[in-house]
Amino acid sequence: MSINKYLSLTLKIWRQDNPKEAGHFETYVMHDISPENSFLEMLDLLNDQLIRQGKDPVAFDHDCREGICGMCSLYINGEAHGPDRSITTCQLHMRRFRDGETIYIEPWRAKAFPVIKDLVVDRSSFDRIMAAGGFVSVNTSGNTIDGNAIPIPKDDADKAFDAAACIGCGACVATCKNASAMLFVSAKVSQLALLPQGKVEAQRRVLHMVRQMDEEGFGNCTNTGACEVQCPKEISLENIARMNREFLIASLQSED
Amino acid sequence: MGKSAFIHSSVGKKILMASTGFFLMVFLFVHLSVNLFLFVSEKAFNQAAHLMATNPVIQVLQYILATGFIAHIFLGIKLHLENRAARGRVSYTVNKWSAHTPFNARTMIYTGIFVLCFLILHLKNFILPMKISNTQGINDYQLVITLFKNPVYTAIYISAFIVLAIHLSHGFQSAFQSMGARHKRYTLWIQKLGVIYFWLISLGFSAIAFWFFFN
Amino acid sequence: MSSLESKIPQGPLTDKWENHKAALKLVAPNNRSRIEIIVIGTGLAGGSSAATLSELGYKVKAFCFQDSPRRAHSIAAQGGINAAKNYQGDNDSIYRLFYDTIKGGDYRTREANVYRLAEVSANIIDQCVAQGVPFTHDYGGLLDNRSFGGVQVSRTFYAKGQTGQQLLLGCYSAMSRQIGKGRLQMYNRHEMLDLVIIDGKARGIIARNLVTGSVERYAAHAVVIASGGYGNVFFLSTNAMGTNVSAAWKIHKKGAFFANPCYTQIHPTCIPVHGAHQSKLTLMSESLRNDGRIWVPKTIADTVDIREGRKKPGDLPEEARDYYLERRYPSFGNLVPRDVASRAAKERCDAGFGIENNDTKEGVFLDFSSAIQHYGQEKVHELGLHHPDTEEITRLGEKVVKSKYGNLFQMYEKITDQNPYKTPMKIYPAVHYTMGGVWVDYNLMSTIPGCYVIGEANFSDHGANRLGASALMQGLADGYFILPYTIADYLADDIRTGHISTDHPEFEKAERKVKDRLSFFLKNNGNQPVDHFHKALGIVMWNKVGMTRHAEGLQKAIAEIQSIREAFWKDVRVPGQADLLNPELEKAGRVADFLELGELLAMDALERKESCGGHFREESRTEEGEALRDDVHYAHVSAWEYSGDRIAEEIMHKEILNFEFVELKTRSYK
Ligand SMILES: Cc1cc2nc3c(=O)[nH]c(=O)nc-3n(C[C@H](O)[C@H](O)[C@H](O)COP(=O)(O)OP(=O)(O)OC[C@H]3O[C@@H](n4cnc5c(N)ncnc54)[C@H](O)[C@@H]3O)c2cc1C
Ligand code: HEM
Ligand code: HEM
Ligand code: SF4
Ligand code: F3S
Ligand code: FES
Repeated sequence: MSINKYLSLTLKIWRQDNPKEAGHFETYVMHDISPENSFLEMLDLLNDQLIRQGKDPVAFDHDCREGICGMCSLYINGEAHGPDRSITTCQLHMRRFRDGETIYIEPWRAKAFPVIKDLVVDRSSFDRIMAAGGFVSVNTSGNTIDGNAIPIPKDDADKAFDAAACIGCGACVATCKNASAMLFVSAKVSQLALLPQGKVEAQRRVLHMVRQMDEEGFGNCTNTGACEVQCPKEISLENIARMNREFLIASLQSED
Repeated sequence: MGKSAFIHSSVGKKILMASTGFFLMVFLFVHLSVNLFLFVSEKAFNQAAHLMATNPVIQVLQYILATGFIAHIFLGIKLHLENRAARGRVSYTVNKWSAHTPFNARTMIYTGIFVLCFLILHLKNFILPMKISNTQGINDYQLVITLFKNPVYTAIYISAFIVLAIHLSHGFQSAFQSMGARHKRYTLWIQKLGVIYFWLISLGFSAIAFWFFFN
Repeated sequence: MSSLESKIPQGPLTDKWENHKAALKLVAPNNRSRIEIIVIGTGLAGGSSAATLSELGYKVKAFCFQDSPRRAHSIAAQGGINAAKNYQGDNDSIYRLFYDTIKGGDYRTREANVYRLAEVSANIIDQCVAQGVPFTHDYGGLLDNRSFGGVQVSRTFYAKGQTGQQLLLGCYSAMSRQIGKGRLQMYNRHEMLDLVIIDGKARGIIARNLVTGSVERYAAHAVVIASGGYGNVFFLSTNAMGTNVSAAWKIHKKGAFFANPCYTQIHPTCIPVHGAHQSKLTLMSESLRNDGRIWVPKTIADTVDIREGRKKPGDLPEEARDYYLERRYPSFGNLVPRDVASRAAKERCDAGFGIENNDTKEGVFLDFSSAIQHYGQEKVHELGLHHPDTEEITRLGEKVVKSKYGNLFQMYEKITDQNPYKTPMKIYPAVHYTMGGVWVDYNLMSTIPGCYVIGEANFSDHGANRLGASALMQGLADGYFILPYTIADYLADDIRTGHISTDHPEFEKAERKVKDRLSFFLKNNGNQPVDHFHKALGIVMWNKVGMTRHAEGLQKAIAEIQSIREAFWKDVRVPGQADLLNPELEKAGRVADFLELGELLAMDALERKESCGGHFREESRTEEGEALRDDVHYAHVSAWEYSGDRIAEEIMHKEILNFEFVELKTRSYK
C-alpha cells in the first residue's frame, strides 16, 4: 500500500426533512478517511455510521458515480461540485482536502430547485424546459433520410457535440449569483441550432424554451461567467451568446 | 413574438439592458470628448458646451438620454430584485465567490447605484446652475473650475470615476455578450477594447478633475 | 404456464421479420388513444419505446427512479453503437453484423432475433441523426466510425466518449416532445414495486412515489419492462448505484421466466479496485483498445519492482514486456472479445504478474505510448515537418490521442491522479453487463401475456457474450422499431376492453403486499445497514460466480447466499420513515431481490457445465486453457420458472436453439 495519510474532517451538512421545514446545519466529525476515496464514498461512510447509531442518514442524489448522469449535486465549501474543476461531485476525491479541514455541504439553492430532503433538490424544472422545445420534431418511425445525406462541417458537428455534452446537473444554476439557467438552456438551443436538422424550428424552439425557463422562476443572466467556471462539462459561454442572438433574431422575425 | 413578451422575457430584458448600456457608453465617450475641450481653452469649451446646449438635435437627444438612463436604472434594479428572489428562501451559508464570480460582475448593482448618486449630485452641480446661469452670466467653464477647487467634490468625483470604471470593466464586454456578439477570435479584441475604454473614461475624467484641482 | 413458444417465424432468415410484420395485427389510429401502456424505465429501450408508442397515439405512462428520464444508466455507455452501414467500405453487411453477433455470443442466441437486430441497425443511425444526435463526423462532414472488439470491420458510430449519453438525450428529446404534447405522462422518482395480473394478463403496476413515499396503483392494457441489467448483484460493477433487478424480478415472481441468469459480462478495461469502502467501478471504454496495448512485465522480478515503485512502467524495454493478447491471439490482438480479454488478464494476474500495489495484486497496463508515437509520426508527415525532435512528435501524437479519447483520459486522471498520456493506465476486469434476463419470445413478450421486456432487462440477443457497441443498438432497436409493431398484435384484442380500474382486488392485494414489505423493513430494527449484506453478497458472487466458475465453488456460493439472505431478513436495519424520501428503504428492497437472484444465477451457472462466452467453467476447457463449449448438451436457453419462496426449487425449462443458417464453430480469435 502506498503511504496514505488518512484524513480527519469536520463536516457541516445541511439537514432538512422536507420541502416545508426550515432546515439547519448539523456537524459531523469523520476520522480515517482515505484520500483515495471519492467524496461520495466518504458520505457513504458517514451514513453507515449514522445508521448504526440509529440516526437518519444524509440524503443526497447520485447514481452513475462516474460523472455522466448529472444526478449528484452538492455545493461543497462554497462551490458547485466542490473545489476541483471540470468534474461532478461524484468525481471529486478526498485527496483534494487537507487533514483537519471543515467542509460545508449544502444543496443547490434556487427557487426553481426546491429542496426535497437534506441535499436532494427537485430539478424537474429542467425537464419542463426541455418539453417546451428541446427537441427536433421528427417522428420516431426510422423512415428518415440516410444518416450521411446531410454532411455537417466538422467544426459545427464538434461545436454541437460540445454543447450537447451538458449533463443537466444544474451546477450552473447553483453557482450563478442570479440562479439563472442560461447555460443549461443555451447548451440545448445551441446544439440544435448548429445542426441542419435542428435549424428548421430553431426560432420556435428558442422562444418557447426561454419562456418556460422564465416561468420556472430562474433568474436573469448578467454574464458573470460563474456557470462556465463550475460546469463539469465545460459548456462555454459562447452558447449563451448564441442563444441571445437566436432569441433576438427570432423575436424580431416572429409574426405572432 | 409580441413586444411585451420580449420585454418581459429574461433575455429580452438583458438585450434592453445592453442596448441602454451601449447608448450610455457612447454618451460618456461624447461627454468626455466635449469635456476635453476644457484643456484647450475656456472659449473652446464654452463653445462646445453651448453647441451641446442649443443644438436642436442634441436637445432631442437629451430626452433620449434621460430615457436611456431611466430605463437602464429601472431595469438594473428590477433585474437585481428578481435575481435575488430567484435564489429562493435560503441562500448559501458558505459561498466562495472568489472562485467563480468576478468582483466587478458581482457588484454591478452597487457600482450602478453609486454612479446614480453621483449623477444626481452632478446634475445638481451643473445642470441646475446652468439653467439659471445664462441669467447670471457664469459660464460653463467657470462652473467646472469652481467645482474642482473644492477638495470634497473632487474626491467624490474621482471615486465615482473609479466606481464607474469598475462598472464598465464588466459592463462593456457584458453588453456585447448580451447582444449575442461573441466569437472565438473577436471576443478577445472586444475584451481588450473594453479595457482601453474603461481606462480612457476614468483616466480622462479624472485628469480633468485633478488638473483643475491643482491648477 | 410452462411451454416456451419462441414464435420465431418460418421462412428464410432474410424474410422472417418482413413476413412476420406483414402478419401482425394492427390497432387503428382512432383506437389507440383508448389504450394505455405502462413503460418501466427510460433508458434507451424504455425511452425509445415510450416516445414511439405515444407518438403512435397510445396513452403512455413512463416510470423511472431517477429524478429525470435523462439519467437512466444508458448515459454511461462511452464507446459506440454498431450499425451495418458499410460507410467505411470494409465489406460490412447485415449478414456480417448478424454473424459477428452470433459468433461473439458463442452461439447461444436465436438466429432470427439477431438477424432482425442487424437488419434494423442502419435505421437507428438515420433516426438518431434526424433527432440531432451529435455523432462524431470526419472532415468531409460525414459520419465517422471506429472498430470494437471481436470484429474486423469499422462499424461503430460514436459521439466522442459519450455515445450512450447522446443517444439517450435523443430519446429523451423525443419523449420530451410527447410530454409537451400531453401524450406521455412521465413519473420521475417512482419505483415499480410489483406487477398486477388480472385474468392472466398484465394489467398494471404498484409503484412507490419516492418523494412522498406513497404507494400508488397504475393500470394499463400492457406493461413494458425496460429496467436495465442486474450487474449490481456483484455489488461492485460499472453499473450505476441504483441499477437493480427489482422490476424484472417482480415479474419473474409473477410468472415470467428468467433466462440464462449466469451469462454476465466482465469487461476487461475498468479501473482496478482501489481499496476498502469503494462503492463502484469505472469503465474505461473498450474503444481504447483500438490504440492501447495491453501488457504486464515478463518477469516476476520486474512485476514486483513496479508494484513497489522501484521501477516505472516506462523503464521496461519492449523485450521485457509481455503483450499477452498480441502473443496469444495474433489475428485479433488487443481487439479480442471482452470475455477472452478479461480471462487473459485474470490468467496473468493469477500467475503473479498483476501490477497494482494493494491487497488485490491485480491490474495490467493499457499503454498508449506506441499509439502516441505512431500518430505523432503521422502528423509530422502530414504537416511536412522535416526535423522534428522526439518531443515534438510526442506532443503531436498526444494531441491526436486527446482528440480521440480526451474525456476518457480526463476521467481516468480524476479518479487515479495519474496522467495516462505519460504513464500507462492500470486496468482490470469488472462486472459490466448481463446478457441474461427475462425470457421473451420473438415479439419481446415474456411468459406473462401483455408483459413485454426490452433492452438489457431481457435475455434476447447477445447469447453468452455481448460484443461491444451492441447493447445500445439492441435497446434502440427494441424500443423504436420492434416493440411498437409487435405490441400492436397483442393490443389489437384490447380495443374494446376500455379503461382498466385500479379498484380491482388484484391491485388491492398487490398493494397490501408491497406495503407490508416496506413496513417490515422499517420495523425490523436489526443491526446492519443494507449495504453490509449487499457487499457480502458481492464478495461471494465475485469470488465464486465471477470470471471463472467451478462446481464446488458454485455449490458453496449457493449455500452462502442462502445464509446471507437469511441474515438479511433477520438483521437488516432500515432507518427513516415510509412517507419521506428514504434511499435506504429503496436499497433494502433492491438488495432483497438481488439476494434471490444471486442464488438463481449460481444455480444456472452450476447447471450449465460447459464454458461459453462470459460463462467459463473451469471443468470445461481446452488444453490451451480456452473455453470449451458443449453444443450437444447445452445449445439451449435455460429459462427458470419461479415456484415459491425457495429459489432452489425454481424449475428450469429449455428452449432449444436451432441453427439453420450458421454453422456452429469453435470461436477462435487466434
Ligand atoms: C459503463 C458502461 C458502458 C457501456 N458502454 C456501452 C457501449 O459503448 N456500447 C453499447 O452498446 N453498450 C454499452 N453499455 C451497455 C448499455 O449501456 C446498456 O446495456 C444499455 O444502455 C441498457 O439500456 P436499458 O434501456 O435496457 O436500461 P437502462 O439504461 O439501464 O435503464 C433502466 C431504466 O429503468 C429504470 N428502472 C429500473 N428499475 C426500475 C423500477 N423498479 N421502477 C421504475 N424504474 C426502474 C431506471 O430508472 C432507468 O430509467 C455500457 C454499459 C455500462 C454500464
Ligand atoms: C453612465 C453610466 C452607466 C453606464 C455607461 C453603464 C453601462 C452599463 C453596461 C454597458 C452594462 C452591461 C449591460 C449588459 O450586460 O447587457 C450595464 C449593466 C448594468 N448597469 Fe449600468 N451603466 C451606467 C449607469 C448605471 C446606473 C446609474 C445604474 C443604477 C442602478 C446601473 C446599473 C446597472 C446594472 C444593475 C447592470 C446589470 C448588470 C449586468 O447586466 O451585467 N448602471 N451598465
Ligand atoms: C470631470 C468630469 C465631468 C465634468 C467636468 C462634467 C461636466 C459636465 C457639464 C459641464 C455638464 C453640463 C453641460 C452640458 O449640458 O453640456 C454635464 C452634464 C452631464 N454630465 Fe457631466 N461631467 C463630468 C463627468 C460625468 C460623468 C462621469 C457622467 C456619467 C456618469 C456625467 C454625466 C452627465 C450627464 C448625464 C449630464 C447631463 C447631460 C446633458 O444635459 O447633456 N458627467 N457634465
Ligand atoms: S450546463 Fe454544465 S453545469 Fe449546467 S446543467 Fe449542463 S452540465 Fe451542468
Ligand atoms: S453564472 Fe449566471 S449570470 Fe449568466 S453567465 Fe452564467 S448564467
Ligand atoms: S452520480 Fe452521476 S454524475 Fe455524479
